[in-house]
Amino acid sequence: MKAIIRLFTALGLSLAVITGQAMASGSERKNAEDYDFSFEGPFGKFDRAQLQRGWLVYKEVCHNCHSLKYIRFRNLAEPGGPEFTEKQAKAIAAEFEVEDGPNDEGEMFTRPGRLSDAVPSPYPNEEAAKAANNGAVPPDLSLIVKAREGWDYPWYISPIIKLFKGNGGAEYVRSLIAGYQDPPAGEEVKEGLNYNPYFPGHWLAMPPPLAGEDVEYADGTKPTLIQEATDVAAFLAWASMPKMEERKRIGLMALLYMGVFALLMLMVKQAIWSRIKH
Amino acid sequence: MSGHSTYEFKNPVARWLDSRLPILSVVRAQLVDFPTPRNLNYWWTFGGILATMLAIQIITGIVLVMHYTPHVDLAFTSVEETIMRDVNYGWLIRWMHANGASFFFIAVYIHIFRGLYYGSYKSPREVLWMIGVIIFIAMMATAFMGYVLPWGQMSYWGAVVITNLFSAFPVIGDPIVKWLWGGFSVGNPTLQRFFSLHYLLPFVLAALVFLHIWALHVTGNNNPDGIEVKSEKDTVPFHPYYTMKDLFAIVVYLMVYAAFVFYSPWYLGHSINFAPANPMSTPAHIVPEWYFLPFYAMLRAIPSKLGGVVVMFASIIILFFLPWLDKSKVKSAKYRPLYRQFFWLLVIVCIILGICGSQPPEGAWLRVAQLATAWYFIHFLIILPLLGFLEKPKPMPSSIAEAVLGKDEEAAKA
Repeated sequence: MKAIIRLFTALGLSLAVITGQAMASGSERKNAEDYDFSFEGPFGKFDRAQLQRGWLVYKEVCHNCHSLKYIRFRNLAEPGGPEFTEKQAKAIAAEFEVEDGPNDEGEMFTRPGRLSDAVPSPYPNEEAAKAANNGAVPPDLSLIVKAREGWDYPWYISPIIKLFKGNGGAEYVRSLIAGYQDPPAGEEVKEGLNYNPYFPGHWLAMPPPLAGEDVEYADGTKPTLIQEATDVAAFLAWASMPKMEERKRIGLMALLYMGVFALLMLMVKQAIWSRIKH
Repeated sequence: MSGHSTYEFKNPVARWLDSRLPILSVVRAQLVDFPTPRNLNYWWTFGGILATMLAIQIITGIVLVMHYTPHVDLAFTSVEETIMRDVNYGWLIRWMHANGASFFFIAVYIHIFRGLYYGSYKSPREVLWMIGVIIFIAMMATAFMGYVLPWGQMSYWGAVVITNLFSAFPVIGDPIVKWLWGGFSVGNPTLQRFFSLHYLLPFVLAALVFLHIWALHVTGNNNPDGIEVKSEKDTVPFHPYYTMKDLFAIVVYLMVYAAFVFYSPWYLGHSINFAPANPMSTPAHIVPEWYFLPFYAMLRAIPSKLGGVVVMFASIIILFFLPWLDKSKVKSAKYRPLYRQFFWLLVIVCIILGICGSQPPEGAWLRVAQLATAWYFIHFLIILPLLGFLEKPKPMPSSIAEAVLGKDEEAAKA
């Protein structure tokens, strides 16, 4: 399968060169670096340890600016995700202050988070987020891996490549986070923006969020820049599709069931039609 | 419908009911004994596949409505958080519904092109065909409004672009658009009326499908040889011959559908629709779902907005006149050597239009889209009428039985 994908990709690229087709369909950017995440393919699953490391990176770094509204602390302990123990998830939740209320006196109050709480947003509202970030609102990350695409290919090959390789959302997050560079010579520097070849248009408001050694992994993995970027991309992929493992598992059963059903139906149909010439 | 069955029900309760309301004998006559040409190929299974897809869409849709909130502030969250994450198997119902729309259209396009290839629109099936065109239009309206409901970026901007089309009409354009919006821009009233209509139209569709099948059962099926049924030898009872063949085809089709639902559920959609609607930020490319792309290409191929709108609507309206535009007495392309080539050319032109629709309308893409649009109309308005006079059809068998069994065997039997 991998070989087929590579073949198609190579074919697409060479055709693109021959025809002089511009690779980018929208704003110009570099395709994300392909990476074999554990959750790719019809049998792929998330790497629990990687998701736990990715959560740490999110919590310690990304969460300073980015919300994760659709994730509740209980999700962190559910099957098919990072699978923290319930006790660990409770402890994680309790580290956050959550606004609740109104209480009996009609006052809002804060309390430590519980499993049923969503991950609290770093800013009280969009205006506060804007004010703190030079006018640009850091997007919520709950769906970011599904909402972004990592690569563009020419129209005649793109549908086939994306059918096998997907949209590359996780690869995009990984490449973007680890891919900040100095702008190439001659490129006009844009005040308040940062150069990143993987970002459409190359200039984005987010400064490089990671430098390596930003967190301390409990499992002893060395927190290099690319390691952190990979882990948090995997974590955000899970956040975007928390039911992925269940989906693939049920899909396999459904297809096997229907395959047998189809075979039986074919035999029934053949038996019936063999009575007459047709 | 061709009368009731003469079947005598053995069960006394069935007999009692049937003599008061002949529902059982209608089912018997129309779904069991119904004489069906014996030579139907697998392209004829798409009628049953379409009925299945409509049922899947209605059932999954009813369940989704139980959890969906039609409000601009809550719609996106109710889909992407509540349904996709918190409702038990909500993700499955949602992906079945979203991909179900695509697989509904795949089947309907195959069904339409099958009708074109085998001349199923010709006398005596003109009304059957025209009801089919109405179904197609109702399907497109339903699908468009359904895509707006999750209130993502492409939902919102798609609604903006498509509703704005009506502003192209002089004088009445602007009032129509405001009336559609229920305000001065696409907003909460728009979302709520789209939701209401998206729930209503599928039941209208179901009623139209009933009429479509009724008309089918008056004239009987067309068939790959395009010869009308002449005797009982030409037919087999619908059950078990076609019930089992259709069921097999349906299961195979559902397997392909399931492969997308479970393994590539958003392949046929747009990534940007996972970002909530933002009226302040226009996406780089606003593109409709794949099944609208050929029409979108025609819309943008014409330099004037009004012209584009008229051409796009005309491309569908023209189908109503097809039974009278095609002057050939022969139905099936099997016996029409020239038409067969033009048919495949039309298929290619429609695919090219689809590709053009996905690309920005500039440079070569625009030229190609214009040529393809022109050819689409030339095919229906010039080629089809002319072919009736210019084409020499191939010799045809005298009956379906002869086509299936061969002339000698048929003669030997007789």
